[in-house]
Amino acid sequence: MSGTHEHDDDHGHHHKETFITKYIFSMDHKMIAKQYLITGLIMGFIGIAMSLLFRMQLAWPGESFPVFEALLGKWAPGGVMDADVYLALVTMHGTIMVFFVLTAGLSGTFSNLLIPLQIGARDMASGLLNMISYWLFFTSAVIMVISLFIESGPAAAGWTVYPPLSALPMAQSGSGLGMTLWLVSMAIFIASSLLGSLNYIVTVINLRTKGMSMTRLPLTTWALFVTAIIGVVSFPVLFSAALLLIMDRSFGTSFFLSDIFIQGEVLHYQGGSPVLYEHLFWFLGHPEVYIVILPAMGIVSDVMATNARKPIFGYRAMIMSIIAIAFLSTIVWGHHMFISGMNPFLGSVFTFTTLLIAIPSAVKAFNWITTIWKGNLQMNVAMLFSIGFVSTFITGGLTGIILGDSTLDINVHDTYFVVAHFHLVMGISALYGLLAGVYHWFPKMFGKMMNKNLGYVHFWITAICAYGVFFPMHFVGMAGVPRRYYENTAFPMFDELTDVNILITVFALIAGATQLVFVGNFIYSIFYGKKAEQNPWRATTLEWTTPVEHIHGNWPGAIPEVHRWAYDYSKTNENGEYVLPGQDFVPQTVPLQDGEEELSH
Amino acid sequence: MITVLTITVLVLIAIAIWQMTKIFELSQLRAAKNETATDKDNKVNGYLMFAFLIFIYGITIFSFYKYTKVLLPEAGSAHGAEYDDLMLLSMAIIFFVQTITQFLLHYFAYKYRGEKDKKALFYADNHKLEFIWTIIPVIVLAGLILWGLYTWTNIMDINDEDDPLIVELYAQQFNWTARYGGEDNVLGEANVRMIDIDNANVLGLDESDPNAADDVIVKELHLPVGRKVNFHMRSQDVLHSAYMPHFRAQMNCVPGMITQFSFTPIKTTAEMRQDPDVIDKVKRANKIRAKRAAAGEPNSDPWEYDYILLCNKICGKSHYNMQMKIIVETQEEYDKWMASQKTFGGNAATGVAVQ
Repeated sequence: MSGTHEHDDDHGHHHKETFITKYIFSMDHKMIAKQYLITGLIMGFIGIAMSLLFRMQLAWPGESFPVFEALLGKWAPGGVMDADVYLALVTMHGTIMVFFVLTAGLSGTFSNLLIPLQIGARDMASGLLNMISYWLFFTSAVIMVISLFIESGPAAAGWTVYPPLSALPMAQSGSGLGMTLWLVSMAIFIASSLLGSLNYIVTVINLRTKGMSMTRLPLTTWALFVTAIIGVVSFPVLFSAALLLIMDRSFGTSFFLSDIFIQGEVLHYQGGSPVLYEHLFWFLGHPEVYIVILPAMGIVSDVMATNARKPIFGYRAMIMSIIAIAFLSTIVWGHHMFISGMNPFLGSVFTFTTLLIAIPSAVKAFNWITTIWKGNLQMNVAMLFSIGFVSTFITGGLTGIILGDSTLDINVHDTYFVVAHFHLVMGISALYGLLAGVYHWFPKMFGKMMNKNLGYVHFWITAICAYGVFFPMHFVGMAGVPRRYYENTAFPMFDELTDVNILITVFALIAGATQLVFVGNFIYSIFYGKKAEQNPWRATTLEWTTPVEHIHGNWPGAIPEVHRWAYDYSKTNENGEYVLPGQDFVPQTVPLQDGEEELSH
Repeated sequence: MITVLTITVLVLIAIAIWQMTKIFELSQLRAAKNETATDKDNKVNGYLMFAFLIFIYGITIFSFYKYTKVLLPEAGSAHGAEYDDLMLLSMAIIFFVQTITQFLLHYFAYKYRGEKDKKALFYADNHKLEFIWTIIPVIVLAGLILWGLYTWTNIMDINDEDDPLIVELYAQQFNWTARYGGEDNVLGEANVRMIDIDNANVLGLDESDPNAADDVIVKELHLPVGRKVNFHMRSQDVLHSAYMPHFRAQMNCVPGMITQFSFTPIKTTAEMRQDPDVIDKVKRANKIRAKRAAAGEPNSDPWEYDYILLCNKICGKSHYNMQMKIIVETQEEYDKWMASQKTFGGNAATGVAVQ
């Protein structure tokens, strides 16, 4: 790889860039971040649209809709959704949202954009790896989308693709070519994620500018850094699961399969265990939800501090809880498997570790609340989404106490209670984090401001609909309705839930339509938005010291030196005056003033 | 009709969004367009934060008022009451915390909305506070963990004490079969490799196993009230989950292994049908069904309450309709029913002798 890209320290001269090197095969972290964001948003559009389709089926089961016929074609004969495609939609919605939107779209975008800018680096440690990482991600996204169009349909075994259902094409049509493409796509995705994560880790460790000690890093970078570590630890395990599943499917091995009789014949598989797959899957799968939520937590911490014009409360506690959550996240996976048939004693152990993870989460929630206490809250759109994040994180997180308790899990496992829980705590919350990040760093990414009024409309309708969808859903779950049911009409005991389902679907449709406001605002602002100032939110962190126009290497001239932590908002001297007269924030690049104390945070 | 409605709703939403943007726009001073929050924005959104707090409380109250009735009726199993108590306590704690934290969050967002020349408090740290809100969750969670684990250990301690009835639940795409141990209350050996559909050996019983001959295979699960039942779950194709919500019972059925769950039914089906909550529920469902019948729609037969076994692990196309009726009855009724069944060996079943 030597020689392909010279890292010259002299950024005064530039080699000529063509359209292709600038916009497509770019090695500049800022451009790669935009590529991740836009790919992620497109995937998000697909994923959310799918959820609206199956929500309509749930509210009006068996009803004929022209939109089904138009979008699903032969899978919706006469406009009535088929049961197979319902499962396919649910599966692909989960896969796309979790991996392609909330993993790559969130951590991919902001790790690339913010890590070099916030630590004071010219670029990622390896621009080439970074580029490869994006293009692998793009390839995997394309393969996943292609799988939607094949004749036997996309994967339909649930986003967890448990074998034997996912391993046996005769068990459902989605387990044919669709499942193969799913596995190939995920294998490439994992490679992309690993390349990206290793790059982020190396960059944070090695390329911090002078004075930027680990305890002066903004929390966003901390969160992205720890996220990358969890990714490196857990994604390879999913890779092994995918690989073994490919072997079982295509080469006749029996890692996950045993004693199967299907469609009139006994299969040769012997000695494997689906429970083994569940262990491997959730060894990634659980850390994965923290891979999704930690970057959002980091973003929210910084956006909140900036807009509250106050330091984040308990900076070190925040770091400690990020690390604690990261560590615990790798030893709680069994709470997805309390009733999988694994030894009940293991259930006890996982209950214990799972409820432990509530402690750092609680600390974070209290710290955010304290951060806005006695602040001077600037209600920018990003701030609204951050407050919304804390709200949904608490609401969704609390029900985790029920699901994490092996006893209580027995009766709500795999019901809509679970669906409501994880959508609030990691789906909606992480999306809020993503949106907060987009609204906040849009000026940095595109040099333009987003329209705030459209932003306010977007936030308030979304916030109301999010609760409207997922709060009543807890009751559906506690009534005993299992998830992934194509319709509930086969059980008279669920008859009276039709009303709730309609209510939920109406909220979902409104929420979905509202996202178009965001899309419109996003696209319009890129081209016609108001030109951004260098530091529109009056923030302290390094990324706002770079010029609005992107340049390769980020800073013209020398890289700035850091003299203080990232949260000197509204810091005053003993006489009550701001440290810098007339300015309620002190950028990290400003040296300590006369008589100013650097507190040990 | 639905299409027209949908389009109307979408158009109305679009208009609403357009109007709301206008309102936000008009609410700003006609100064130079500024895309960062002004005092006006802070004020409007601060108030909206407070309104949102009311909305959260409102939707909570609304949901409880409207949907409490859809929740499962009182448990029909011995461990169910303990489960429900633990659930109630956990829920009480959750709602207590939820009410307070959401209040603080949104109230602070309203109270401390930004104003020009207002000074925020530089408040970075307080070890005492942080200690307090670390230790409180620790204590509360420790209590919940202890109680939860105690209950869990009790529920999952599956043993042969108290002469349990042994029943196999056998899952396949997309139906359930139950098998009783028969007179000896011992299930015969079985494996999918011994399935012989032509000879009606659908569960793959080992015909040479003497324990198998008296096994009774049925499509409707009958359980005598008050007697512990040990379930042995098997699946022949993909993962399924035997979910019996009214008994607070669930266990996955895994091909290649036998999983177990155990509970004691304490209320007969007839008793459950007399439960006031159940009576109301059935009434409501039948009202809906009567409406459907009048409109000539499907699923309109009047419903009578029954315990039910559902599949709760995605298993393919008809996952949503994989169910089996469970009937809990008195020992006499159960014995009578059992006597009307055939054994695997082809004899009339005699049921399990009660010791």
